[in-house]
Amino acid sequence: MTPGVRHPDVSERGDGQPWNLRESYLFPRPVIAEIQRAAREGIYDIRGFGAKRRLPHFDDLLFLGASISRYPLEGYRERCSTDVVLGTRFAKKPLELAIPITIAGMSFGALSAPAKEALGRGATEVGTSTTTGDGGMTPEEREHSKILVYQLLPSRYGMNPDDLRKADAIEVVVGQGAKPGGGGMLLGHKISDRVAEMRDLPKGIDQRSASRHPDWTGPDDLEIKITELREITDWEKPIFVKVGATRTYYDVQLAVKAGADVIVVDGMQGGTAATQEVFIEHVGIPTLPATRIAVDALQELGMHRKVQLIVSGGIRSGADVAKALALGADAVSIGTAALIAMGDNSPEYEREYRKIGSSAGFYDDWQAGRDPVGISTQDDELAARFDPVVGGRKVANYLRVLTLETQTLARACGKSHVHNLEPEDLVALTIEAAAMARVPLAGTDWIPGLERP
Amino acid sequence: MAVATSEAVEVVDLATTSVRELNQRLHDLARTPGPRLWRILNPNGAHALACGLDADLEVEIEGHVGYYCAGMNKRATVRVHGNASTGIAENLMSGRVEVDGNVSQSAGATGRGGLLVVRGNASSRCGISMKGIDIVVGGDVGHMSAFMAQKGCLVVCGDAGDALGDSIYEARLYVRGKVAGLGADCIEKELREEHVAQLRGLLEAAGIDADPTEFRRYGSARQLYTFKIDNAGAY
Repeated sequence: MTPGVRHPDVSERGDGQPWNLRESYLFPRPVIAEIQRAAREGIYDIRGFGAKRRLPHFDDLLFLGASISRYPLEGYRERCSTDVVLGTRFAKKPLELAIPITIAGMSFGALSAPAKEALGRGATEVGTSTTTGDGGMTPEEREHSKILVYQLLPSRYGMNPDDLRKADAIEVVVGQGAKPGGGGMLLGHKISDRVAEMRDLPKGIDQRSASRHPDWTGPDDLEIKITELREITDWEKPIFVKVGATRTYYDVQLAVKAGADVIVVDGMQGGTAATQEVFIEHVGIPTLPATRIAVDALQELGMHRKVQLIVSGGIRSGADVAKALALGADAVSIGTAALIAMGDNSPEYEREYRKIGSSAGFYDDWQAGRDPVGISTQDDELAARFDPVVGGRKVANYLRVLTLETQTLARACGKSHVHNLEPEDLVALTIEAAAMARVPLAGTDWIPGLERP
Repeated sequence: MAVATSEAVEVVDLATTSVRELNQRLHDLARTPGPRLWRILNPNGAHALACGLDADLEVEIEGHVGYYCAGMNKRATVRVHGNASTGIAENLMSGRVEVDGNVSQSAGATGRGGLLVVRGNASSRCGISMKGIDIVVGGDVGHMSAFMAQKGCLVVCGDAGDALGDSIYEARLYVRGKVAGLGADCIEKELREEHVAQLRGLLEAAGIDADPTEFRRYGSARQLYTFKIDNAGAY
């Protein structure tokens, strides 16, 4: 032993535990903690955020940049367009977006009024849409969102024909990726006077919304419901149908049959403000296979690009956007990433997160209404910490970066429009992703599940 | 034909006019003046008839209608001289919708105001998620009626099916006949003078001759407003 040199203690592993202690694979410390929490509290764990488990995702795909057989576009000189038109099938007034990235539905109730305003400001600055949520349309979000999609949910909180007509599009929400088959949830501490009034509910109750629509069941009814919405709005507004990704092939085809202009498929990584942990982690399929299946379903009907497809669930970067578009989506939606862009889980608030038993990077108690950043709260004091102008600028910046990244990848593949990206530009890093995205495993011509000629 | 006045009546025959054209003409009256009285012939079960109105109109529909007739109506009076299918007067905002015959499921679903009168029977889920509408049914209502009912009154002059008022919030239910069963968190409550007065007003408004003191009142026990594990068996 050389004096002054610290030798590793061979009796301990890197995590400070002795080598002779073995942690169970089946019962690691987080599982033990959850079992003991359940035994202590007697109620399932409800939280926000999306699935936290590792899942096959767009990370498992890579682009084949141009070389000799394809030529790229000049990065800073040649145009790569990003515009997208949604609702060309039946609507008199389709949505014209400057970028293929929209803001997903998040309710006033789940989010504070300034947070909703910031989403509207950010989306408007870059020419894209934002979406209401399970709680109706607030005048603030209508004012700050140039293009606003109004959701028709099973609960129908605040639903009214005036807001339908004020909307730029209508989204019939059948399900969401975090909880396909489940209804909305807003716990008592977030039912403030204003939220209660908008939802016609008593203040402070635990609101558990219905999981089925009250006046239609099944695709034939949905077709008539869509007709009614079109009649009420004189066939002006595009009608979206949003489903959580499960039986995506059938859902997409049935939504087309029911007359949707746009279909939104939300993969299981899609976020939520409040859902049972068991639901978030164990129901639905990932966004990657859902995207491919949805495109297949549209192509089989000859409706790809005629009925537009928006995919969501775990979109974080321009790479995710570009890969979703390459698989055939017309646009993507972001929710969780937009909240993070506004400051959610920022290390700046570490001390505050610690006070409520969490930590920056881990905070998922969006249902609790104690968000130190002032986003997922109805507490006026907390909400006042959040500046909607600054938040809006951050959302706009983030959307711009996503767009620039998407364009960078599209140009590298020689595309003059991001919609010209195609599955042929992709390879997969894992056998799972190759099978799910139906692109070859990198370095091979093998697509598992596809018969070779 | 219930329009008894010398005022001119605009007659639209759906055998020769499309639903779209009719609805557009009715919607245009929210902005530009035009006929107040309308008579619609040959509805033949068409869907989405006279939905989204927003003017002081009286619309008489001579026959049966399909889904979502008078959906999201504001201010107008719509009378169906026949039966109505699913979702009659869904999300009614104000005004008045009357049906002479029977109605299918989800009558008055999520309605936020106004009055729906059904002279015959209503099928299941009548008044589901109602949010301020008043519904008066001359006959019976099916199972799961007033499911998650939030606000407003459901008056049933006949019998109510199973699971009445399941997961009810603050809506008031009045039933004159038998109740096959109450849903989770729905209980019978005392019919006090104020309720008799309210009921009398609703019956009068609906034009139904019934003695308000013969009804029983049901509402929320408010035990499920906050999730408690001890109530898990109630769901």
